Order: sequence, then structure tokens, then C-alpha cells
Amino acid sequence: MKKSERNKEARPLSLQEIGDRNEPGANEVWQLRLYVAGQTPRSVAAFANLKRICEDHLAGRYNIEVVDLVKHPQLAAGDQILAIPTLVRKLPQPLRKIVGDLRDTERALVGLQIRPAAMGE
Amino acid sequence: MPRMRIRTMRAVQKLGNDNRSLPKAPTGIQGLDEVTRGGFPRGRPTLICGSAGAGKTLLAMEFLIRGATEYNEPGVFMAFEETAPELTQNLRSLGFDLDELAKEKKLAIDFVRLERSEIDETGDYDLEGLFIRLGAAIDAIRAKRVVLDTIENLFAGLQNEGILRAELRRLFRWLKDRGITAVITAERGDGALTRHGLEEYVSDCVLLLDHRVTDQVSTRRLRVVKYRGTAHGTNEYPFLIDEDGFSVLPVTSLGLDHEVSDERISSGVPRLDTMLSGEGFYRGTTILVSGTAGTGKTSLAASFVDAACQRGERCLYFSFEESPGQLIRNMRSIGLNLEQWTKKKLLQFHSSRATFYGLEMHLAIIHKIVLGFQPRVVVLDPVGSLIQAGNQRDAHSMMIRLIDFLKQRGITAFLTNLTSGGEALERTDVEISSIVDTWLFTRDIELDGERNRALYVLKSRGMAHSNQLREFLLSPLGVDLLDVYVGPDGVLTGSSRLSQEAREKSAALARRQDAERRDRDRKRKREALEARIAALRKEFEVEEAEVETASEEDASREEMIADNREAMSRSRRADLVKDGVDGKRKRRKGAR
Repeated sequence: MKKSERNKEARPLSLQEIGDRNEPGANEVWQLRLYVAGQTPRSVAAFANLKRICEDHLAGRYNIEVVDLVKHPQLAAGDQILAIPTLVRKLPQPLRKIVGDLRDTERALVGLQIRPAAMGE
Repeated sequence: MPRMRIRTMRAVQKLGNDNRSLPKAPTGIQGLDEVTRGGFPRGRPTLICGSAGAGKTLLAMEFLIRGATEYNEPGVFMAFEETAPELTQNLRSLGFDLDELAKEKKLAIDFVRLERSEIDETGDYDLEGLFIRLGAAIDAIRAKRVVLDTIENLFAGLQNEGILRAELRRLFRWLKDRGITAVITAERGDGALTRHGLEEYVSDCVLLLDHRVTDQVSTRRLRVVKYRGTAHGTNEYPFLIDEDGFSVLPVTSLGLDHEVSDERISSGVPRLDTMLSGEGFYRGTTILVSGTAGTGKTSLAASFVDAACQRGERCLYFSFEESPGQLIRNMRSIGLNLEQWTKKKLLQFHSSRATFYGLEMHLAIIHKIVLGFQPRVVVLDPVGSLIQAGNQRDAHSMMIRLIDFLKQRGITAFLTNLTSGGEALERTDVEISSIVDTWLFTRDIELDGERNRALYVLKSRGMAHSNQLREFLLSPLGVDLLDVYVGPDGVLTGSSRLSQEAREKSAALARRQDAERRDRDRKRKREALEARIAALRKEFEVEEAEVETASEEDASREEMIADNREAMSRSRRADLVKDGVDGKRKRRKGAR
């Protein structure tokens, strides 16, 4: 139920903007930032899941930055991070956030708005 | 554990009051520390709940500001609703400069924005990010106090309630472990204290703020729902939010243990002082003047205030019917210049319509102004109109609280009360007659087509007061009392007193003239009598003289006769000469 709602929200964006922007070139580099707090099992899992998704769908055109808030607590306020881990899609616009360890690939793709078309390439 | 104990003991020593068991962090908010007996539980979270607009954010913020400025305890404000600039602006209108405090590293505001539309959730997570942010902010300014306003917004931003609840529980535990005195605000829910049941986690101290509107009059109230491990006031206390921030009126936490004064102060009317055993009221007592409309209650109050100001004492005049300007003008007509005292800042007027606020609000305002101005004399004119702002029972208990509050501070309270015509005269609307110390009663006496004022002392505790009814005169020279005429025709006042006095005067004059005339008559009679006596005596003397003359003549004639007889007998050579001479001598002696 909730999933379908979220798709409804996401669809207009993906059709008009993201679709136009991503499809032709596919050369835009995705800027992703993963916020973690220390080397917890959850953080490690989140990074592994993210890496896998990116390799599968965005091979060669993504950039992952890992921010450890234990080391840089002042960075938490900038992206309004509360939950750990949080993945922030800085580019392409608009900004998206996905909290959790990304173990559900389906939902992670929806959250990142990676279109099935891209998957097919 | 030992460290914890040391901290606890130190805190107790600092507080030094009755609650040895639980250390408290004073809020510095007027009245709230009295209600909570010392403040919020130190090192523990306190929950403030209430509906929208109840004043939660302000109370929480003031707790931080007072902590930072008065108790040297820096604080972190984590805002989930308003941004830092918004908060700064809102609190500037209440006289707090957050920027300044932030610059001094006494206060940190962290705005947390959660936008559900841009967040997706997949898999496990925790709120470590929140902990890290909070921890960093606390460490940056060495904060002792934290406010989370309103943490329930997390429920709107994140879906997984199970994770949230677990994380909140962990958060409060974490705050406790760090020894942070925390305040958490929450929206009031239906049938529960908070919408998301936060009271489950924050169970040490729960405050409920309420904003009620009864008969179109709003009153804010605060109640300590629970406070573990300590006694606290359990009632609902009215509170104010005004230009000085938050203030609670701890109205029921008063007792009958105020100090009493033997000092006497003048009522401003010399004759009235005379009626009160010559010296006036006792300082710190409560004086009630009741009476029907237009009997001079306000004038008496103004005279009292004028006298107090002349002694250099500060006075507060609460008027619920007249504006300050009107009062000053009206009192000028009886020779009282009150304006000079307001200019010298000895006298303050506060005029407001009784129906403008709720009764509790009125009293909260009075309370606050009294604490701010520190007067020696407070006038409430008229106190009965306050009843319009509440119901009778409320009004009664609130008046008792107010009077106790004033007494405790040694403030002399002067209350006026309007008695409406139809009722028994010697009662008051708010039933406060039993708690006042001096009760003056003014009434009008209608006679011979005119109304005059009269005053008497119904009671005055602790002094031998006059039992006489006095006529009460308002003239351009001020308030004065006169003896009423009590004569065979009853009590007379005003012009009938004057005419009666005039009649008496003329009667007395006539009597005096009569007496004088009688006196003159008597004198004249006496003079006449004495004259007659003198004449008679004269007459008698004349007669006496005549008689003497006659008897002398007789004697000389007899002598002559005797001489003649002697001569005759000598010529006849008679023998009885000697006898004749002796007899003549004897007879002369007898005539004298």
C-alpha cells in the first residue's frame, strides 16, 4: 500500500525530469553520499548493498562518498541527518534520502529513482 | 556510581531546601520553582505537554535561557518545528536575545528538519545521527540542559515506529547517563497526555499546559501531572505569557504564617484615624470599604493612597472601572493631586476591565505587578467586579489567595466593594468580609429630599474603634467626617442637620436672652427694693431724730419745770428740795 503511494509520488518526477535528464547521455555522474557512524555491522552492510546496487545499475557513472559522523559530527547538520545509515543522492537533482541499510534492493531503487529502463541497459 | 552520589550530594547542598532526596535544576521562571519545589529534576528528562499554542516552546526556551543566564548552565535547544532565526525572532518579542547568548556560547540552537517526502526507508537504521548531533552540540558549549522541541515530529518524518520508540527510549537513557536536565515537549493527544505516548518514556516529571476559553475569556493554566520522588503543588496554576516571558502564579501554596506589624498608618482622613482609636489602620492588614454606589469608596481609597505617598511609600492602584486619567481628574475635585505621585513614580495605576481577562489572569497580573513594583499599599477598586470574570466560588478562593499573598509581603491592601441596593448591606459579593481586618461601611441616608453620605466602622481587628456613625463629606478640601446629629428626631445629616442645628442655635439664643432678661429684672427689683429699704430707713431716721428731739425738748421742758418748781419752792421756802433733784436725774437717764 505504502509502496504504491510512493510510486505515485515518484512517477511524475521520473517521467518528466529524471527521464529526460538521464536517458540521453547517461553520462551524468551520480553523486552519492553515505552517512555512517563508525564501523558498525549495519554501516558495513549498507555500504556493501550500495556498492552492489551501483555496480548493477550505474556502472562507471557513480561516485560514493562515505561520511563517518563519529569522526565529523559537525557534518550531520548539513544534510539534516538523524538516522544512520542514510544515503543521500546529491546528484542528479532533486536531493533524495534513503535511510536504512539498503537490504531491500527493490525499495532502494525506487528511493534512488533508478528507472527500470536504466536497469535494462 | 560513587561519582553519581557525589554529584547528587553537591546538588542538594546547593539547593539546601526541603527536597533532600532529589536534586533539582531551578527553572528561574517566576512561580514555577515554587510549584515544583525547586525546579525540574536534575539530570532527568521532564515532559511538557499541551495543545497547540499552550506555551510549550516558550516555557522550554525560557528554562534554557534562565539556566544559561542565571544558573550558569548552558543549554542546547533542538528544534524540530521552528528554525533558529524564527525562534530568535519569536523570543526577541519577549525580551530575550538568543543571538547574544549564542555568541557567548551559552546557548546553541540546532534546527532539525525532517521531510518525509524526500526520505525513503529500506532496512534497519537507528538515530545515531541525532545522538551525534546532540552530543556535539552539548560538548561544544558544555551544556547542562537540553530541550527537544517537539521530538514527536520524528514520528511524522520517519515511518518505522518500532525503531523510533526504541531509539527514544535509548535517547532518554543516554541523556540521563550524561546528567543532562532535559525538557521534552509534546502535543497533547486525544484522551492521552501526548499524541504518541511519550509519557511512557519520560516518567519523572510531567507538566501539562492548558489554554482554556470559558465564556470567551481565556486562561492559561499549568499543572504538574506527576513528579516522581518529590512533593509538588498539585493544583492547576494560572500562568502568564507577556513581555517578560513566562510566569506562574503559585496561588495555593500560601499559608497563614505571615509576620504581623504593630505599625499604624493613617487613612488619610484625620477624623477616620480618630475613629480607629486615633492612629489609623495597622500596616499589612486588609481594609475593605463597602457601600452602595456613589458613597465615596474611591475617594476614601484615593485619600489613603495620597497619605501613603506623602509618607514616601509606593502604591499600586488597580482600577477595574476607571481609567487612570479619569481617576486623577476626579480626585482633583476633592483636592487630591495624585498626578504628582505618579510623576514621582510612587504611584502606579493599572486599569483594566474586569471582563477583559479571566479572574485567574487578573490575579496573575496583579501578582506579577506587585512583585515587580514592590509597593507598600495596594488598592483594588472595586474588588467585586472581579467576580464578573469568574464564578463565585472561584472568586472567593482567588481573593483569599491574593489577600494572603499581599499579607505575606506586609502590603496593606485596600479593597472597595460595591453593595447593590437590593441586597443585605453588610455582605460582600465575594464573601471576603470574614478575611478582612478592617471593614468600613459607607452608606447614604436619604432624608428631606436629599442624600447624604455616612460612614461607620463595622469592624476593625485589634483596636478599640468608634461605634459612631459619622457624616462623610466630600469637599474641594478633601474627605472629612462630621458628627451626625442625633436628637429627638433621629439621625439627621446634610442640610436637615444644618437646619436642625440652626433651629437649635436660635432656640438656645432665645433661652439665653430670656435668662438675661430675667437676670436684669431681678437686678432691677433688687435695686428697687434696696432703694425702698434705704428710703424707709431714712424716714425712720428722720422720725427717730424727731422723737429724740421731742424727748429732749420734753426733758428740757421738765427741767425747766423742775427749775421753775425749785425756783418756786425756793421762793416759797419749801423743804423737799433734795428729793426733787434726785427724781429729775433718774428720769433723764430713763429717757435715753
